[in-house]
Amino acid sequence: MNPHAESVNSAILTLVTFAPLAGALLLLFLPRRDDLVRWFALAVTLVAFVLSLHLPAHFVRHASGFQYEIDLPWISSPNIHYHLGIDGISMWLVVLTTFLSPLCVLISWKSVNERVKEFFILLLILETALIGVFVALDLFLFYFFWEATLIPMALIIGMFGHARRVYAAVKFFLFTMIASMFMLAAIIWLYSRTGSLQFASIQSALQSGQIGWGAATWCFLGFFLAFAVKVPIFPLHTWLPDAHFEAPTAGSVLLAGVLLKMGTYGLLRFNVGLFPEQARENASWIAILAIIGIIYGALVAMVQPNLKKLVAYSSVSHLGFVVLGIFSFTQAGVDGAVYQMLNHGVSTGALFMLVGILYERRHTFEISEFGGLATPMPVYATFFMVIMLSSVGLPLLNGFVGEFLVLSGAFQAKAAWGILAATGVIWSACYLLWMYQRVFFGTVKKEVNATLPDISARERIALWPTALAALAMGVAPLFWLNAIEPAVRTVLAPVAQFAEVFAR
Amino acid sequence: MIQAMDYVRVLPEIVLTIFGIAVMMGEVLLRPGVSRKPLGWLAFAGTLAALAATIYQARYPGTAFFDLVRVDSFSIFFHFLICLIAALVVLASFEYLDAQHIRAGEYYGLILFGTVGMVLMSSAVELVLIFIALEISSISTYVLAGFRRRAPSSIESSVKYFLLGSFATAFFLYGVAFIFGATGTTRIYMIADAIQSGQHSPMVFVAVALMFVGIGFKVASAPFHVWTPDVYEGAPAPIVGLMSTAPKAAAFAVLLRIFFAATTPGWFWPVWISAALSMTLGNISALVQDNVKRMLAYSSIAHAGYLLVAFAAARDIGISAAMFYTASYAFMNVGAFAVISHFASAGERYVALEDYAGLGRRSPALAATLTIFLLSLIGIPITGGFFAKFYVFSAALQSNLVWLVIIAVLNSAIAAYYYLRIIVLMYMRDPREAAPPVQSVGTPLGIALGLSAAATIYLGVLPGRVLDYVSRGAAMLVR
Repeated sequence: MNPHAESVNSAILTLVTFAPLAGALLLLFLPRRDDLVRWFALAVTLVAFVLSLHLPAHFVRHASGFQYEIDLPWISSPNIHYHLGIDGISMWLVVLTTFLSPLCVLISWKSVNERVKEFFILLLILETALIGVFVALDLFLFYFFWEATLIPMALIIGMFGHARRVYAAVKFFLFTMIASMFMLAAIIWLYSRTGSLQFASIQSALQSGQIGWGAATWCFLGFFLAFAVKVPIFPLHTWLPDAHFEAPTAGSVLLAGVLLKMGTYGLLRFNVGLFPEQARENASWIAILAIIGIIYGALVAMVQPNLKKLVAYSSVSHLGFVVLGIFSFTQAGVDGAVYQMLNHGVSTGALFMLVGILYERRHTFEISEFGGLATPMPVYATFFMVIMLSSVGLPLLNGFVGEFLVLSGAFQAKAAWGILAATGVIWSACYLLWMYQRVFFGTVKKEVNATLPDISARERIALWPTALAALAMGVAPLFWLNAIEPAVRTVLAPVAQFAEVFAR
Repeated sequence: MIQAMDYVRVLPEIVLTIFGIAVMMGEVLLRPGVSRKPLGWLAFAGTLAALAATIYQARYPGTAFFDLVRVDSFSIFFHFLICLIAALVVLASFEYLDAQHIRAGEYYGLILFGTVGMVLMSSAVELVLIFIALEISSISTYVLAGFRRRAPSSIESSVKYFLLGSFATAFFLYGVAFIFGATGTTRIYMIADAIQSGQHSPMVFVAVALMFVGIGFKVASAPFHVWTPDVYEGAPAPIVGLMSTAPKAAAFAVLLRIFFAATTPGWFWPVWISAALSMTLGNISALVQDNVKRMLAYSSIAHAGYLLVAFAAARDIGISAAMFYTASYAFMNVGAFAVISHFASAGERYVALEDYAGLGRRSPALAATLTIFLLSLIGIPITGGFFAKFYVFSAALQSNLVWLVIIAVLNSAIAAYYYLRIIVLMYMRDPREAAPPVQSVGTPLGIALGLSAAATIYLGVLPGRVLDYVSRGAAMLVR
């Protein structure tokens, strides 16, 4: 490889991560002309997206380990490094983040018209923090970005959300903050025992048995609590419906599309990656909580009279699949879990956009307010259909691949898990199709709905990429999976070891 | 023999005294009823000169005046910090005094005299001298607390502080007497020799307990904290910024000297209990406050608790963690009170939490700065408050104080709620109907706020240099 390419490769993660932040700083000095601010934010997010495309383009597939690494000492005591790097799992999550961000800008174009500058500054800061979470390989740096997502997100909900926004923002902040304090305690504890904050060296210290079994279990639980709140795993999900419902559309898109993935990513990277033994031991009750989440989320979604709440509860159900896949510890299950993270980001992100578009026209989310929308808004109805089917898991669309892999992994691990989780697929078909029928089919019952304008060009531009992504990921999953597989195999290798120990 | 070098080792104290006297003399020359801003600038120059003197002095470490004063990295650190705090507070006071119609130059003089006492506390290594320095700093702050003479709450604040403070310093002096009885000396490092050679009477435990009571009062740690909310509520806001940071830093310096340099025994459990109590009582009481100054008073009690966690930790790492905490706490708290003092307006009318509603709209810059300080008080990354907590917790975990850390972690989580309340009010609520426009921030206050915010962020992003320095200071302290 020539030296030029090498320097690009070591700088690319820094560029991708901090491009939005740099944009936010520039935005600070831009005059308060709303349209200028919007175009500028769109440009910045597009630049970040284009930069992030470098990652899959030059990623060495079939190779395990981290790539594009950069490791510079930052603070000498505690020994903190500016250490970034990605593997096949985190790479796609980074791309997902940069993919959704310009769409968020587009979808907020008209719906945010007060304090526009503040909104886009917060959105760009949030994007940097989100990318940072996925690329950090120093535990401190990870915690740093993890907490940094909290404030812009809480402010986006609290400043730009709906009626009960303040309640939702505070609840969101406190739930995540309190839980992540325990992760911080675990990180500090690991540092005080190993003298390092590097992912790799802590991993090897744990594997060499340098830390006692009991202490490692407490650390496992510290991390688990922080991630479980974020995912969210039943029964820690109560912040989610409020936050999703009250957030402005772009907030919901990033919240569902990316923020929740921070939790599942953390479970996979840290809980399974650092503590394979503890993960194995605790897998059964975690899997059961995940299955409860799948079924409970689906059942609650089914009875929601409110579109946005329905989509929010469907997230609880879908994320249950991801957690179940991770804790099945099978190649297929974890592959599927990672794939499902991306699917959920695309589909649910798009669902929130669609719901937001409807809200802009009617200022309500009540399902009973609609009916027969397919007549005045045919294009909108088509997009909604495609995305909804991808969320249901129709073959040839992305959701099918992820759910299939997760379920086959769950069956391998324990047949009962697979059977119970499979009912979740049926439930999700029920509530989504039923909702679709009530909103779009039949005759137009309300006068106002008869003249609703179909989606505009801007909204079309925001929706096409998600629909195309859903199709592409359903037709050619190998393009994504062949980068994910080696990374998953690396994560699973130590767990498999313990499985053999248990089998004996 | 007293040599010229002896005077260099108290140079900052001398400089501050001279400027203090100059301010008092200048006061006579100004007509009554005009703004005392020129004297403020003079006092500011005094603090800058003291900073320069500290930097100069740092090149000549050693002892002076028959081993009464000791200049080392430890004392230099606290000198620098306290002078910086004084400079920030002076800058933050200009507009405040004009807004409150306080036209008295001795305000600035007293800040300088108080600073003399505080810096001397950090470099004195003889207990009687420490006591005298403590009194110099205390008496100035007693007077400063009552400076809003027309407000009954300010008078109450001053009297309460004076009565309880005198009582507490008596405890300290009593402890000094006991330690003299037990070890036959009042010099810190000779006490250490006596204790390490085992030639001391059990009275030394009583002495340590009494001195801890005296210092515990000064740093407002539970159960000696009851005075704090009333005094902070009544005292002028910039002065609260001063007295919640600088005298505390000095008192913590004294405590570090007594515990670690003099190696006195028997303080571990009292400190452990006081730390746990301060954090818990402070944070829980802060939850229900609706006056910003009272809320931050309870928050400062809680922060004293976090600091004491570092004391309970093992020596070197604990000391440097405590020193770092003192510094980062100082900047965020001075900054927060600078914002509060500007916002309070004439007669400190706007100090209720509800008054902060919609500040994000009414004055975006002021709200953003206050947000930085509040995030730092919560302990969010990229602020000094985060690293301060990080160092304290990791020092405590390395010393196996797992339970104390768990208490501290739970407390930090509780604390997030009440700091967050202000942020929520500022950004997510609409301003009150009758809220008057917020006055624009003048240059001196702007500098003070900018410096405090910059220091807070600097400590949160590049704590390396400061940490190296405090580790050296800690090493000097334990010899």
